Amino acid sequence: MALIELRDVAKTYPPRRRGGDPVRAVDGVTLDVNEGEILGVVGYSGAGKSTLARLINALEPVTRGTVTVAGQELTRMSEGELQKVRRGIGMIFQQFNLFHSRTVWGNIAYPLKVAGVPTSQHQARISELLHFVGLADKAHSYPEQLSGGQKQRVGIARALAASPKILLADEATSALDPETTQDVVDLLRRVNRELGVTIVVITHEMEVVKNLAHRVVVMENGTVVESGSTFDVFADPSHQVTQRFVRTVVDDVPSQAVVEELRRRHPGRLVTVAFREGSVSQTEVFGELISRGVGFQLVYGGIEEVQGRTFGNLTIELTGDRVDEAVRALSELVAVREVS
Amino acid sequence: MDRVIELGPLFLEATIETIVLVAVGVTVGGLLGLVVGTGLYVTRKGGLLSNGVVNLLLNIVVNVFRPIPFILLAVGLQPLVRQVFGVGIGNVAAAVVIVFAAAFGIARIVEQNLVSVPPGVLEAARAMGASRTRVIFTVLLPEAFGPLILGYTFAFVAIVDMTAIVGTIGAGGLGNLALQYGYRQFNPWVTWSAILIVIVIVQLGQFAGNAGARKVLRR
Repeated sequence: MALIELRDVAKTYPPRRRGGDPVRAVDGVTLDVNEGEILGVVGYSGAGKSTLARLINALEPVTRGTVTVAGQELTRMSEGELQKVRRGIGMIFQQFNLFHSRTVWGNIAYPLKVAGVPTSQHQARISELLHFVGLADKAHSYPEQLSGGQKQRVGIARALAASPKILLADEATSALDPETTQDVVDLLRRVNRELGVTIVVITHEMEVVKNLAHRVVVMENGTVVESGSTFDVFADPSHQVTQRFVRTVVDDVPSQAVVEELRRRHPGRLVTVAFREGSVSQTEVFGELISRGVGFQLVYGGIEEVQGRTFGNLTIELTGDRVDEAVRALSELVAVREVS
Repeated sequence: MDRVIELGPLFLEATIETIVLVAVGVTVGGLLGLVVGTGLYVTRKGGLLSNGVVNLLLNIVVNVFRPIPFILLAVGLQPLVRQVFGVGIGNVAAAVVIVFAAAFGIARIVEQNLVSVPPGVLEAARAMGASRTRVIFTVLLPEAFGPLILGYTFAFVAIVDMTAIVGTIGAGGLGNLALQYGYRQFNPWVTWSAILIVIVIVQLGQFAGNAGARKVLRR
């Protein structure tokens, strides 16, 4: 049984204007999050991913379907029972949402008070968390005295204070610069590996998903349009939305504009060859071309690494008499696409 | 000028009356205003205790009483005040109408200050498993504390203003002194002496409010 189970979950908001259509933020999502994994939820603004996160900790009640966390069906619970469940689910936010009237220490103490942890245990727990996120010297600072990256570290420490099994990260790195984003991603990976916390990462940044997630679901218009291991989704995106997202970090397939430019400069036959680790080596592929005396030139492409495995697409220009025969031979070894 | 010295004991008495009226208005009216203002904010659509009916009722009550010019409210409430408190004139009646008017004025100020708290901060507390009422008392109000101090300082000045005309319903205070012994007896020295004391009271309150807000907001 998965740690989080969503079954045909939908969330509909009343129409924004009188007489308008109701807004289907989430529209029939079925999804499992396994214990100990990091799941990336990707989509453009308005795809419903942030709403999805709020259905998991029941900040928003579902319109339809069931949400089950650690075997407990949230959709049947009273507000009081939900409050107890939420204490076991940490959440971090794009705007950090720290309490400005409290120090870093006070921010981390808050969830401990809510969870009813005796004050005598606060000192040890807060200091442990501050060391974990690397802010031991900032305990008595106020949030406005911290940088964006430090604020999110406090957010993470606060979210982890009551020792939750699940962490929801809602665009947690979207307000940070690339370098700070990487720091926070590294910290979240430690949260997962060292503390065994299951993490749901809501983001539109594919770089974050690529570096952090074990598995990815892609959302559009409130539905899941693609899901799979991070490697599979990056190496072989099938849905158009996924392809656009993947292209933001892995740009190894020429766009239409690039194709036209390539055509102008390369009169020969253009094909794109997909390599996946564990299938066929480049040596074999190029060997087929060389053995037939086919001339080849690399004109576009790249090799990427995701989850410690490599993949990539190479676009080559083929010239010579036996090109047709060579393409047929290649097709038996690897996926070959004509560039049109 | 001699007259001012002659009226010395009256000035002292009037100053104390004004300070007491202002204090009662700011504390009792402030507390009621805090309750009504918080009610206005949390019952809004999408609020912590979202409730359309309660919100509408609160809005109607506030909108009915707040725009009434204070002097008319003071005389208009007289029958009600006499019913409830047994006396319709004097300092007690003045205190009641000041509290009444202050409560509605402060309610709007409180509501506006609470709107400035980012909703995400409240959501974060809810995500930690805090109950809605707990969020109101431990997050919403503390987060708005700095702006609230400034709002109450503003209300304090308005309440000083109110105390100046409750002489009309038989209350004392510096306003009454200035009108009775200054204006009506053609003695600007008395009038301006009373005004000067009012200015000092307002300045002290404003200074304390600014200092308090600066401390809370740390800037």
